[in-house]
Amino acid sequence: MLTASCCYTDRRRGQLAALSIAAVVIIVGVPLWWRTTETYRAWLPVNQINELANLQLQLSADVEVVFARGTVTPEQQKKVPTQVVISLCLFCSSPLEADLSLHTLSESPCGSLVVYVIPESSTLLPEDVDVYIGQRRTALLRIGAQMRVGRTLEQLLAHLEPRIKQVLQVMSFSHTDITAALSDRVRLSPGNKESIADSMRAFKSSPGYEITFSLLNPDPKSHRVHWDIEGAVQTYIQPLLTKLAPLANFSIDSQTLYYAMLGVNPRYDSSRSAYTLNSDSLAHVINPVEARLGSNAASSNPVLNFLLYVPDAHHSPLHIHDHKKQEVLSNAFHSPRWGGIMVYNVNGFYGPEAVFPVDININMAKVMGVFLAQLRLLLGVQSSAPPPGFLVAPCSSTGLADWELDRLMWSRTVENVATATTTITSLAQLLDQIGNIVINDNIAQQVSSAVTSLQLAVAELEAGNLGFALQYSKEAILASERAFFDPSLLHLLYFPDDQKFAIYIPLFLPMCVPILLSLLKIVSEARQKRRERQAKKD
Amino acid sequence: MAAHRCSNCAALLILCSLSVFIVVDSQETTLNGGHHATTVHNPQTTTGTAEQTAEPAVEERRWEATAVEEATPDDDDDAAASDKQDTSAPETVDPSSVPQPKDDFQEELVIRPLHSGDIYASFQFRTVWETDFMRGNKVSHYRLFPKSLGQVISKFSVRELHISFTQGYWRTMQWGQPFQPSPPGAELWVWFQDSVTDVDGTWKELTNVLSGIFCASLNFIDSTNTVQPSASFKPLGIGNETDHRFLRYATLPREIVCTENLTPWKKLLPCGSKAGLAVLLKSEKLFHSSFHSQAVHIRPVCQDWQCKTTSWELRQTLNVVFDLHNSAQGKREWSLFKMFSRTLTEACPLASSSKIYIDITDNPQGEQFEVSPATPLLSQAVVLGDRRTFSVYDLTQQITFGTVRSLNLLIRWKSSEGDMLRPLLHAERYVAGYGLQTGEIHTLMYNNHPYRSFPVLLLDSVPWYLRLYIHTLTVTSKGKDNKPSYIHYQPSKDRLRPHLLEMLVQLPPNSVTEVTVQFERALLKWTEYTPDPNHGFYVGSSVISSLVPSIVAMDTNSTRERPLFSSFFPCKEESSYFVRVYTEPLLVNLPTPDFSMPYNVICLTCTVVAVGYGSLYNLLTRSFQIEEPSPGLAKRIANIIRKMRGVPPL
Repeated sequence: MLTASCCYTDRRRGQLAALSIAAVVIIVGVPLWWRTTETYRAWLPVNQINELANLQLQLSADVEVVFARGTVTPEQQKKVPTQVVISLCLFCSSPLEADLSLHTLSESPCGSLVVYVIPESSTLLPEDVDVYIGQRRTALLRIGAQMRVGRTLEQLLAHLEPRIKQVLQVMSFSHTDITAALSDRVRLSPGNKESIADSMRAFKSSPGYEITFSLLNPDPKSHRVHWDIEGAVQTYIQPLLTKLAPLANFSIDSQTLYYAMLGVNPRYDSSRSAYTLNSDSLAHVINPVEARLGSNAASSNPVLNFLLYVPDAHHSPLHIHDHKKQEVLSNAFHSPRWGGIMVYNVNGFYGPEAVFPVDININMAKVMGVFLAQLRLLLGVQSSAPPPGFLVAPCSSTGLADWELDRLMWSRTVENVATATTTITSLAQLLDQIGNIVINDNIAQQVSSAVTSLQLAVAELEAGNLGFALQYSKEAILASERAFFDPSLLHLLYFPDDQKFAIYIPLFLPMCVPILLSLLKIVSEARQKRRERQAKKD
Repeated sequence: MAAHRCSNCAALLILCSLSVFIVVDSQETTLNGGHHATTVHNPQTTTGTAEQTAEPAVEERRWEATAVEEATPDDDDDAAASDKQDTSAPETVDPSSVPQPKDDFQEELVIRPLHSGDIYASFQFRTVWETDFMRGNKVSHYRLFPKSLGQVISKFSVRELHISFTQGYWRTMQWGQPFQPSPPGAELWVWFQDSVTDVDGTWKELTNVLSGIFCASLNFIDSTNTVQPSASFKPLGIGNETDHRFLRYATLPREIVCTENLTPWKKLLPCGSKAGLAVLLKSEKLFHSSFHSQAVHIRPVCQDWQCKTTSWELRQTLNVVFDLHNSAQGKREWSLFKMFSRTLTEACPLASSSKIYIDITDNPQGEQFEVSPATPLLSQAVVLGDRRTFSVYDLTQQITFGTVRSLNLLIRWKSSEGDMLRPLLHAERYVAGYGLQTGEIHTLMYNNHPYRSFPVLLLDSVPWYLRLYIHTLTVTSKGKDNKPSYIHYQPSKDRLRPHLLEMLVQLPPNSVTEVTVQFERALLKWTEYTPDPNHGFYVGSSVISSLVPSIVAMDTNSTRERPLFSSFFPCKEESSYFVRVYTEPLLVNLPTPDFSMPYNVICLTCTVVAVGYGSLYNLLTRSFQIEEPSPGLAKRIANIIRKMRGVPPL
């Protein structure tokens, strides 16, 4: 009897021990193992990133409408909250002068517009011109006869609104600009091929650009070519880049490449006694040259290449033909997001008794004119045709009007915001999908700062502070790229979970088998006991 | 069939648009693909439409003619107009108005028949550019100087840069001294300008950029193989800055040099490999040789004798030794065509001088070998302490190429015996000892000068995993202890920096000086081993720099016109010349562990834990009962016997 009870308590104790060991293993051991073999993942602002993913952009631009004397009736004038009605430039004879004098009147911050409404009878603008767009952020708007019918100021403003909207579309941003800038995030509606081509021509937004001018001289035996690139850059390119400085950093290089051939053999056209490059062969021109151009060793910014090709003596003159078989006047072409090439024929300078090599000085004014036009295109300074009745002021000495810069800044800010958002959301998605990636505190910090900058940029866009918005969007793009391309993300990427389990099998197997067996035994004993008890009852 | 044609057409279209620009392309191909996918049902008709719709799109994006109308800035009109007037006049041929270029390019090839019967060919290309990379002003307009290197110099504020890639070991005993010595593998040493504040950071970035430019693994240069020699590597250009804080030196003895390093090197030449001497540089021949070394040296040099203006010199050198016996099937006859599988037809039109020198010093009467075509031009140059005579072929003269308009130099040996050269200074090195724990590095330096002793600077950079016992350092010559007059030793730090040992040793005449130092091999972490750890670990060459007494007076004027090969190391005094000798790199075996070890350790630990756990588990869960012990075998047998006897059992 004694032995039986002793045996029973012993069994009981053994069962309890097995149960408690199982409990310890499950409650302490497994979580401990899980914690120690886990990859480190810092906290990311996932909610804010998800909010960014369905981002609603709201752009607002300050438009100031100034009525000149004679455009508002006295009763309308009473209702104008502040007396800003000015008599403007009585003695100005041309809109250009008026524009300049108005500019000195009020300095408007970047992103904003001032529209001066002038009376119908004003002789400032030519007959058929209703709107004059100045070099700064000003526009002159001639008030139409039908606009004066309104009695109240509200009616007048309502009449003016469509005109001002047009002015805004020309000078600040239009719907197509913004969709083009958002093309990374928004699928473009097919059909408008022209706008797609336009949007793809310009370089992507980047904090800096390298501009490289290369003189290609495939035949140094015949031509000794000299170009005053230094002076030309100072005269023609630098003013534009100084103006564009708030947008990005630019650096300029130039080089001379000898024996750099084009990839295609030009065809001899006997009717013109000249060599021709057809439009469909232009695509093959660049690749062999590009190997020689060399990448920029010192930075990773995108490079804008401008090549001046002096054809060799046996293949000149060389003309580029468009697909209508017409000679291209400038003898130049550009390739979207890459740069431009100009062919510069020098056979005219040989003279009858030329002794090779011939010394040739390049007319930089002609070359730089072409390159400047290409540069404007590639940077996205679009000169879309203004609507009828608009007159755009000629370029200033910098080659870029203030409002053109603003326009560029609007679209670049939107593009930056879109790119940074895409980068951050795709990074978050990637990190979410692949659990093995280690997320350092550094990366988490970059992500958070990118998100904060993005939110600030969006807020500034809403408030109409273009300068700050651009600044914040640049910061956002930098932080997001740094986070996305951080090498520490790759460390444990290829260490799958099944290997982790395989390594610990020698520990798990001997530990779990006795636990499982004793648990099974306990269960079966309990079941047997119950059966016995039931049998006893019966 | 029709579907097949359609897909062919589509493929053609896709191919066609692929050759257009890649950026535009992704859109384009999807466009074509879409057409194809939607029109599978009716291929015959729709191919045409696909073609029609896709074609103009292709043409539109491929290129866009630039309109000039908007080109010239309008209000620049007067400026542009005046410019036009200015420049349209000199556009015609008018040499007087052409600006004098500030850069100059020279090319040179020296061919020296070696005593062993091999041929040593040394190319040098020198670009001198009168500009100023120092003092922070931006240089951005390049003509003959390569843009990539110029950008590197100005971005990283480099004052002097020397980089060499070498395949094979220069056998000083058989071949004499090379014009430009270099150790096997890659070597890089850079003097930074004193405006650089974070030298280590700049050095790291610079090595990364250079590895991109030269397609080499220079990015493996880090703090564990970089040293700052205090005396061995003085600036070769002008400048009296000798603070070795701004100097970094590193070698990668493992680096293998091949075509991918030669191509970017050739790209730096103004004429590329299209004209001039560089047409000879064909990789299939150059790398089929006993020794190949290519280098780039950038340094500031004096423009003129007074040194009022400085200019930058870029020297690209390529040295190659062709093995005569292997590739000529025993015939001792050599020509440019046999060496390089090319002949020369022209000089590089950009070069101000383009010459080939053939060393005929040992062959004054033509008894050793015969050179054809013969040239009347002879030149004497003092190089490496010896006055040597060269036949000169000037490639800028049309007459050099003769009537066939191509130059194929031919060297035909007459006598076959070559006697051993006795270079004044040479060195060798080896590892002694057995086992995987300790060892000893022996460096032997030979002074073969019959009566002059001279000092040499020995530089040793040993990786941290060979722990040098510096107290065992001994220097002996002729059996006697030779006390170095200067020792600079920087001990290593594990995983941070290597050992650096510099010594100034006086070599007695006609003697062998032996430097020995013992070391212990460290155990590395398992991730620090190379993919082939049993191959061993390389220890870079020792560098021996010395001013060797010269037999003839050396030329100390560095700006005088003379062949490039004799003007590389600046000469300070007439009675001696500078020589740098590299020893062999060492290959040391380190104890290599079993690389499945981590897994084994985990397994073993787990098993031990499991065994301990199992017994503990058993103790805790099993119940123990006292059991009647069964009687032993003897007792049982006794009981059986007792039973048989009828007595009660025990």
